[in-house]
Amino acid sequence: MLGLGEDRLRADMNRLLALLFHQGVLDEQFLQLQQLQDESSPNFVSEVVNIYFHESEKLLMNLRTLLMDKEFSGYKKIGIHLNQMMGSSSSIGAKRLANVCVAFRTASQLNNRPGCLRALELLEHEYCYLKNKLHELFQLEQQRILAAGVRYPRQM
Amino acid sequence: MGMAAAESQFHVLAVDDSVIDRKLIERLLKTSSYQVTTVDSGSKALQFLGLHEEEGDPQTNPPQTPCVSPTNSHHQEVEVNLVITDYCMPGMTGYDLLKKIKESSSLRNIPVVIMSSENVPSRISRCLEEGAEEFFLKPVRLSDLNRLKPHIMKTKIKGQQNLEKLEEESEETQFPSPPTLLPLQEQQQLQQPPQSQPQPQQQEQQPPSNNKRKAMEEGLSPDRTRPRYNGIATLV
Repeated sequence: MLGLGEDRLRADMNRLLALLFHQGVLDEQFLQLQQLQDESSPNFVSEVVNIYFHESEKLLMNLRTLLMDKEFSGYKKIGIHLNQMMGSSSSIGAKRLANVCVAFRTASQLNNRPGCLRALELLEHEYCYLKNKLHELFQLEQQRILAAGVRYPRQM
Repeated sequence: MGMAAAESQFHVLAVDDSVIDRKLIERLLKTSSYQVTTVDSGSKALQFLGLHEEEGDPQTNPPQTPCVSPTNSHHQEVEVNLVITDYCMPGMTGYDLLKKIKESSSLRNIPVVIMSSENVPSRISRCLEEGAEEFFLKPVRLSDLNRLKPHIMKTKIKGQQNLEKLEEESEETQFPSPPTLLPLQEQQQLQQPPQSQPQPQQQEQQPPSNNKRKAMEEGLSPDRTRPRYNGIATLV
């Protein structure tokens, strides 16, 4: 039955979301984003998240460049990038990432370069995980929409 | 644009250097039925509000330069009912922007709300003391926006009362008596092509510096009646 496909996909999505909440990867702010999505702005969540990915990748690259610099002394600049990343992460509900940023910032304030490097690695790791999971979520959503469309044909 | 049209939607100017936060606040505001303009810096916000740096000096300020005419790229007058701004921005911070707005006799009546991702009590009280109506912690929620309406309404009601008062007073004098509080929508009324009101007197008048005018209790906006033939493009 066609209906099963959509229901199963919805269940998969919910399970994935529940997992991410349980792991502390996402927090309630992500739900707020979903609540802001409606017919007038049907792709709001993925639009915001894609902007977030784009920005974050730039920031991560900058951070790595800064830290790898042999003549490194730019803790202030690191702080600026981190504040940006922290802000945007908490804006989309990426709680665990935001927390890593806090730890990273502390290390940078203490001029602790090895600590910063470790924090950067952790940040990159967290970011990859989040990106993969959110992509998975969006794919499920797309499939769910398609499955629903087969049963209730509607304009996409 | 008359009073009736202005009543239907309130226009909020949102200022934030973060792309994501701009998108968020725009969505939040639109969902709450506000008209929204977003800019990414304090200086662009001031430009949009029509505030020029050289506003203080009447001599160097050429008569044609609109001082209080927020415009969009179509050179229409756009009224701003509230400014909501991030605190931490490079260059001009939200606090600096707040100060500039409150120091401007033309803009000081616009309610300003500050947003910040950090909960710093001294920062919060500093902003409130400077005249901010509210201080929101980020991420801002839909429920936070419910607190905006009272501040916007307060300004509109005041404006309405003062407009009525002005209409009474204008019978008595040919000179522009220091006008009482006039938010932009009332200003637009005065600007309408000759209506039966004797207001045209004030329209012709070249406004002297805002700063040099002594403010009355409710605050002044002496150059509300400055003719605005030039618009400035909105930079966002």
